[in-house]
Amino acid sequence: MTATPSPAASRGTEVRLTDLTRVYAGNVRALDGFTLHIAPGEFVALLGPSGCGKTTALRLLAGLEDADGGTIEVGGRDVTNVPTSKRDMGMVFQAYSLFPHMTARQNVEFGLQLRKQDKATRHGRAADMLDLVGLSKQADRYAHQMSGGQQQRVALARALAIEPQVLLLDEPLSALDAKVRSQLRDEIRRIQLEVGTTTLFVTHDQEEALAVADRVGVMNAGRLEQLASPAQLYKNPATPFVADFVGLTNRLHCRVAGGVAQVLGGAVPLLAGSAGDGLAIVLVRPEGVTIAPVGSGGSGGAGGAAATVVSASFLGASGKIVARLESSEGVGDLVSVQVDNTDVTAYAPGQRVLLAPRGDAALAVSAT
Amino acid sequence: MSTRHTERRKRAALRWTVIGLTLVFFLIPLYGMLEFTTRDLINGGRTGKFWTTLVDVPQVTERYPALAEGFASSMALALFTVVVMLLLLVPTMTWVRLRLPGLTRTVEFICLLPLTVPAIVLVVGLTPVYAWVTYLLGEGTVWLGLAYVILVLPYAYRSLDAGLRAIDVKTLSEAARSLGASWLRVMWQIVLPNLRTAVLSASFLSVALVLGEFTIANLFSRKNLQVAMFELGKSDGQLSVAVGLASLVFAFVVLFAMSFVGRKEKS
Repeated sequence: MTATPSPAASRGTEVRLTDLTRVYAGNVRALDGFTLHIAPGEFVALLGPSGCGKTTALRLLAGLEDADGGTIEVGGRDVTNVPTSKRDMGMVFQAYSLFPHMTARQNVEFGLQLRKQDKATRHGRAADMLDLVGLSKQADRYAHQMSGGQQQRVALARALAIEPQVLLLDEPLSALDAKVRSQLRDEIRRIQLEVGTTTLFVTHDQEEALAVADRVGVMNAGRLEQLASPAQLYKNPATPFVADFVGLTNRLHCRVAGGVAQVLGGAVPLLAGSAGDGLAIVLVRPEGVTIAPVGSGGSGGAGGAAATVVSASFLGASGKIVARLESSEGVGDLVSVQVDNTDVTAYAPGQRVLLAPRGDAALAVSAT
Repeated sequence: MSTRHTERRKRAALRWTVIGLTLVFFLIPLYGMLEFTTRDLINGGRTGKFWTTLVDVPQVTERYPALAEGFASSMALALFTVVVMLLLLVPTMTWVRLRLPGLTRTVEFICLLPLTVPAIVLVVGLTPVYAWVTYLLGEGTVWLGLAYVILVLPYAYRSLDAGLRAIDVKTLSEAARSLGASWLRVMWQIVLPNLRTAVLSASFLSVALVLGEFTIANLFSRKNLQVAMFELGKSDGQLSVAVGLASLVFAFVVLFAMSFVGRKEKS
């Protein structure tokens, strides 16, 4: 809608992180052979639990920390040993980072001033950028006169003003409250599509990552576990860690035979990389299970595993029923089932129900 | 309800008593000085002649060259000390905060150390050092400032530390660097402007301390304002006390100004 800085096509820069290693004091390997290739103009999110190395990866790309091994290439140029100030990266931080003694406009102009642009150009560019993030009217405010969300928008405008080769977002939304967070999240995506800058977004919030990114990289212990589109990641997790970390998962004991897991009185086809024949644990999503009261003849009639409802919760847009499977030996597995919000009231703790798999493909890991 | 009311009134009364006593404690000597300097010892009664003399700069310069020299030295010393202190501390403390957080304790310890060393001990230790200073830089009184920098370290450190704690130096400097700023520019355009209050208060404290310093200057036979005042006291007691009172009031004004600047910044 607004004056786009330059056509998206020319903006994208390719980023190649190869075999990066970063060791902290005490021999902690924050990154351990981390490799990531970001296509020009792509929006990649790095997702993982705290301490998985995702922020370290971003800081290495920004040049704020030095790699102990591996190479960083931006636009075909090796920048592994280039200082931060010469890397041309726009960065938005988790902590509020506006310069407190400057107005929003002055903040946005700072990088342009360093690039020796004349006053008129700077003004125009700053106005465009503030317009892009919807803060034209707040141009003369100081950081302490703005809300957290506004400050992060200005930080985004400041980062984009210098037409960076890569936009780096280091958990920029985690200090904001839920509503502003999802709003700004969508806006970041809109702006990124508009300017077409290659973007690396680091977050521990899977919903955030799945919602904005072209591809999501799930990290664990300094390595990339899987890099795939949000849908792929959710439907076809490559490793148990990814299956567990992305979305909610039930861990159910089962028997695997011929690429199919026998569980909840039904069959679940298994994804590549699953455990071989024998006893295993299959990772089934809450929406991959159906539930019906005993004797209703629902859930496809025939099958189903008997269970007892433990709790029924109303979650707004949906509902969740947790039930414990009846087991001849010991305590049965707990299963959470996603249901329509209108169905929650049909179940009460202590009630006997039948559970059955929907048949979506899942991942199984060996039971040991 | 009524007991709480009396309780509060009692506490207020106590507070005012303490403040009153403290004020009296500080003001009586000052009043004594003022009374003494306005006394006409020859004719009896009151006279303002010492104060008019003090304000009359050409006359002071001519009749009490030591006083004028001492005043000029103290001013030069105050400026020199503040500049050296800031050049030394601001970059060091910023760097420690950004890159060497493990050294925070050590730097704090070193900076607070001068508090525990009596001036006389400091002089004994500094004597051989100053033999070299005199040899290399000359006899100028202004080099006393190097010793004063050490004296003001604890106060300056505290002020600057408070200032650095109040801003997120790390994120701000990282943001500036990612936008293309060199370290020098980060220091000058980002860190320093946001430390303004802290830098001001560190400077004011240093000025106040330097203007009141006597021991080291006297033991090194350098003439600053306090030494000149002391010498003047031997020949003209009343004028010397007048100078003393004036310098005290000046220091108070400086300190008041400081707390005022600090408050204004916060709002």
